[in-house]
Parts: sequence; C-alpha cells; structure tokens
Amino acid sequence: MDLSFTPDEEAFREEVRDFFREKLPARLSTLVREGRRLRKADMEEWHAILNERGWLANHWPREWGGPGWSVIQRFIFDNESALAHAPRVVPFGVNMLGPVLIKYGSEEQKRHWLPRILDGSDWWCQGYSEPGAGSDLAGLNTTAVRETRDGREVYVVNGQKTWTTLGQHADMIFCLVRTDPAAKKQEGISFLLIDMKTPGIEVRPITLIDGEQEVNEVFFTDVEVPVENLVGTENDGWTYAKYLLTYERTNIAGVGFSIASFEQLKAVARTQTKNGRPLADDPLFAARMARVEIDLANMQTTNLRVVAAVAGGGAPGAESSMLKIKGTEIRQEITALTRRAYGSYAAPYVPEALEAGWNGEPVGPDDAATASPSYFNNRKLSIFGGSNEIQKNIISKAILGL
Amino acid sequence: MNFEHSDDRRMLADTLVRALRDGYPIETRNAGAYGEAGYDPAVWQQLTELGIVSALFDEAAGGFGGSGFDIMVVFEALGRALVVEPFLGALMAGRALAAAGGHDAVLARIVSGETIAAFAHEDAQAPVTATPDGDGWTLSGTKAVVHQAGAASVFVVSVEQPGDPLVLLVPADAAGVSVRRYSVVEGGGAGEVTFDGVALGPDARIGTDGQGRAVVDAAIEAGLLALSAEALGAMAFVKEATLGYLRDRKQFGVPIGKFQALQHRMATVLLEIEQAQSAVINAAAAFDGDDATARARALAAAKYTIGRTGALVAEESIQLHGGIGMTWEYAVSHYAKRLVMIDHQLGDEDHHLQRYIDLAKAA
Repeated sequence: MDLSFTPDEEAFREEVRDFFREKLPARLSTLVREGRRLRKADMEEWHAILNERGWLANHWPREWGGPGWSVIQRFIFDNESALAHAPRVVPFGVNMLGPVLIKYGSEEQKRHWLPRILDGSDWWCQGYSEPGAGSDLAGLNTTAVRETRDGREVYVVNGQKTWTTLGQHADMIFCLVRTDPAAKKQEGISFLLIDMKTPGIEVRPITLIDGEQEVNEVFFTDVEVPVENLVGTENDGWTYAKYLLTYERTNIAGVGFSIASFEQLKAVARTQTKNGRPLADDPLFAARMARVEIDLANMQTTNLRVVAAVAGGGAPGAESSMLKIKGTEIRQEITALTRRAYGSYAAPYVPEALEAGWNGEPVGPDDAATASPSYFNNRKLSIFGGSNEIQKNIISKAILGL
Repeated sequence: MNFEHSDDRRMLADTLVRALRDGYPIETRNAGAYGEAGYDPAVWQQLTELGIVSALFDEAAGGFGGSGFDIMVVFEALGRALVVEPFLGALMAGRALAAAGGHDAVLARIVSGETIAAFAHEDAQAPVTATPDGDGWTLSGTKAVVHQAGAASVFVVSVEQPGDPLVLLVPADAAGVSVRRYSVVEGGGAGEVTFDGVALGPDARIGTDGQGRAVVDAAIEAGLLALSAEALGAMAFVKEATLGYLRDRKQFGVPIGKFQALQHRMATVLLEIEQAQSAVINAAAAFDGDDATARARALAAAKYTIGRTGALVAEESIQLHGGIGMTWEYAVSHYAKRLVMIDHQLGDEDHHLQRYIDLAKAA
C-alpha cells in the first residue's frame, strides 16, 4: 500500500505544471477562475495550444496523435489542468467521437476526421438526447431512411435533438438515429456524422436557469446525409453509443475541479464576515466546509483506487458510476457553500459581470456575481452523463448484482 | 501508487480472517460477548497465539509489524468477525508503553497476550487525580466506561493535570482499585474503574516530564485507526449479508432487490462504504508519516467518516432487512449495534469534525 506517485509520475506532474505555467494564457485562466463566459475563440485557442504540444487528445493512441500516456498520467494531467484553471477541453470531438472512430470507424473516416478534430477544423457536438429520450436514450425517435436522391445514396434524417451543448458553435454533429423502426429499440439505431450546414438543420438556443445559452435544440427536416457518414454498421449504433458513454471515465469525479473550487471557497470564507468575524470561524459554516473537505479527501483516494485498478488492467466500468455520483455531489455542495458565503450579495443578478473584460463596478464583493449562476448551472452535474439515479441503477446491476 | 497490501500483510490478514471464520461463529462470539466475563478467555488465548497482538507492534516493542496498515488489516479482520476480545486495550496500552519506553517486561507480556491491559482515559464525574506523595502519587477518582476493564490485569491511566498529563501503570489488583463491571449494548464487558487512594511509586510512571501528551496521543491515535478499521470490517460483513438478503428474500413474487427504492438505498450504502475505506486508507498512510498535524487530521477525518457511515450502514441494513434485521438471533443486529456504538468510543462524529476544523487552524 503506497499512496504516493512514483518519481516518474512526480516528474511528469512537474512537466505538466511547467507547461501550464508557460503556456496557459493568464487571460484564459482568469476567465475560468472567475467563472466568466468563454467564447468559442477562447476554447479554440486553448485547444490549439494543447495540440501543439501533442496533449489535446491525451487518451488517443500514438498512431492517431495521442501522447501514449498511462491512465495515471492522464489522471494527473486532468487534475493539474483543473488546478491551473485551464479551460476544459471541449469533449465532443476529442473525448467522445474520437474514441468511437478509432474503434469503429473506417480507415477513411479515421484519416479524414481525426486530424480535423485535433487541428480544430471541425467543432463537434453531440446528438444523443431527444425531447422523448433522456434517461431512456434508446427510445429515440429521430429517423434516418436510406434513399437514392439525385443519383446519390443518402440517409434522409428527420427529427429533433436537444440539450446539444455548444451546438451553436458546431460544424458537425454526431447523431444517434433510428434506421430500423421495426427492430427492438436498441437494435434499430445507427451512428451518423452530419454536417451542421446541411439544408434542413435548424439550431435554436435554450436559455438555461442561469440565463446562459449553453445548450440548444437541433431540428432536422429532410436532412440528406451521405451514406459514407455512417459509422460502423447500420443498426449497430447502440453498441458504439454505449462504448462512448463508458470510455475514459476515470476523471468523472472531477476531483481537480472540486479541489480548485474548494480553495476558492476557503478564500471567500476568510474574507466574508458574519457577526463581525470571518465566515470561516462561524461554527456552522466551518462544519459544512469541513464535511465537504473530508468527503473530498476521501474521494481523492477513492478515485485513485479506481485509477490504480484500471492501470493494473481492471475495467473502469461501473466504478465510474460511484465516482460520478459522489464526485458531483461534492462539486454541487461546494457551489452551494460558495453561494451561501456571499450572503445577501449572492442575490444581485449582473449578467454583464460574466463577460470577459467587464470592468464595471461590482455589486458587493468581487466575484459575488458568479456565485449563484454557477450554483444553479451546476445542478446539471447530477443530471447529465447519465443522471445520478441512472448511475445507481448501473451500480445495482453491475456491482451489486441485484 | 499501489493500493494492494504487501504479501506479508495479506497473508496475516488471510490467516486471521480464515481462523475467525472457522473458529469464531456468531454463536461463539455472542456467548463470550454477552456472558459474565464479556469475552472468551480461550478464544483470546487462541488468537493471541496466532501472533495477532505482535502484528500491532514493531520489532523494538517486541512485535513484527506495527505500521498503520498492519493495524488496519488486523482490526478490519477483527471487525468482520465482530471480535470482542480485548485487542483494542492491548493496542492502546501497549502503544503508550512503547512510546514512553521502560516497563519492558509488562509490554512484552501485553504483546505476547499473557497480560490483558486496558487504557483508562475518559474521566467519570469524579475525575482521576494524582496527588504527589513522597516520590510517588496517590491516585483517586473514577475512569468511565473502560472497555474490558473486568478482563484487564493492568491499566494504563491518563491523569489530566495542568501542563502535561501524567500517565501511570496501575495493576488491577493494587490496593484501592475497584471495577464496577457491566456489559455494553453490543456485547463485551466494560466497567467504571475507581481508584480509592491507590498508592503508586515512581516506577508506576509511563514516560518522563513533558512526554505525557505524546504518550496519550500514541495510544489514542492507534485506537482511532483501529476503531475505524474495525468499523470497515463490520461494514463489509453487513454489506454482504444485506446483499444476500436482497437477493434471497421474495415479496410480491420477486426478490426484493429488484425494487428500485431498495436498490438505490443499497447503492448509496456501497459508495459511502467505499468512501469510508478511502478515509481509513488515508489515515493508515498518514499514521506512519512524520507530519503530526497531517496524521491527526487524517485520523479525525477517518473517525468522523466512520461515525457517520457506520450509523448509515447500521440503520440502512436494518431497514433493508425489515423485521429480521431487528432480531437478536440474526447476526446483522449485533454488527449494527457495534457500528453505531463505535461512534461512542474515543470521540464521536461531531467531536472529530470539530477537531478536524481546529487542526486546520493550527496548521
């Protein structure tokens, strides 16, 4: 039993830290730390910096441009990234589609699409959820019918996707579509790559609880998709979809994000006062902070135990469900405490304060304006990526055998 | 990074788990635990002959282990079998003696299992005081809820006083020592230990001037780790028993484990147990470290986590079993009691949360 990293892993951590110190623009880390909006160009800028170093798609195999890192190295990188307040890697191309193409795509698809993910030619979004297919994803109704039109073989797609994160920026969408309505619901689904500029696609933003536009509805009306854009075999899409959902989830607990936001919370609790003394010295608030801090310290080790098991050849599998549930509960509790820490000044709604470079006079303490929006925004954590209740179903079946 | 125990340690754990599984069924355990003595002297002898106490001490103290992870695997195994025999007393009293040095003969007998010891720490309403008398002391007052006090032939007694605590070794048969014996709710003996003008010579002292706090801490820190690990073992048993019941018990024509309301409760139990295991791993690792504050914080975090999770696992396992979980005959009820009552030893969840906060300020 040894909880420390090896000297090689420590050296790697230093290398990663040096990279963030040298290459992460302060402008970007400030935006992330202060919880302000990132524009498309900001995210693209960071992708390009990572790609230049060969660290963007850090879990891809070397032959497709990955760095060949171990699961522990990836874990270290992801954590250091959060601690450095680096922007998140936009996951849809790099983390979701990439692995599916590498495992199930044709040679031609790999050669065409993978480099374009890395160099930023294509911004991908995810077409999974539908108004009628959330937790019951296999109940999706968007159809694709294979036809010949103008002498070309195409799928004609009709239907609607929703909760499409950052779809407003996207060049491409990977979609689950129903190609065999007569089959059992999991067996009639295919995996299609669709150009967002194709006629018949309409993107409508959904304004979320915090007033922000992060997700969209995407409507498909007689959208023609070349058959070359089918990944794998027709009607086998559910297999690929499941692979995507279980791939590389050892960082799903978001421990790095929690550590970074807890450090910020501690700073706020030292400066905010209650009854004439620092909030950190208020016994009830201190107790709530200590509870989540202990949960987080436990979670760090739980996460490392799972990572070590995977590094030793185990499968991440259902353990990632445990990481997801507890990890998101911790992250949500930290955002709740941060909101509470600002007291009355958590109330003013100053959306312009979320804009990069806003130089107005803050209402109340600096950064108070982001606390409540961030708290409300992060309610999503226990809903997306398989709600925490779905994760409990997975644990019941896969780990508990019930 | 490696979360596997070393081969030696795993072998020790396996030997112990097997010996307890084969030789310590719940009926044997309960016969000792709820009997007159509060433990079974024959079982104690068998287990100590396996070298279990020796595993809790390093070579300098006459053992062959003594690291945080040794304590963890031993007490996890003891917890899994709900052992009531006086291992905690051996650990805490022995660790105090080992930290101070001196009293080698007594320590050797504790490590070999010949002598049963108890660590008498918490004061009753009349606190224990030591009045200087010549070059020794006269001891008066009462220690509260000393576990396995009736079995012990020596007590390691902490005496709070201005500055540094005084720590004394007191034979149970010394003139003026009396034990009011009783059982504790989950089984096992305990007692109020009263010192009525007990005359002690200078050789009764454990440690020297300024060493008292460190000696007391050595005992308590080992005890916190042991109790936390014991709880982990008990939780592992309860989890398996509850899962078995969810699979076997049928209502409405199906195993009750098919019901989502119960599945989700069980999934929560599982992930909280995993978190508790991480807390104990953190504590065991810090136990051997040089950073005293980090060690104290990790132990406080572990005992807090165990207190909270122990009660959760106890309450949920009873609820998930329904009426059966309430019966004396069924093993889970005794484990549930132990899991809850561990929170009443060496400071509860709230105590350790406060300690965790205070230590952060000190750091």
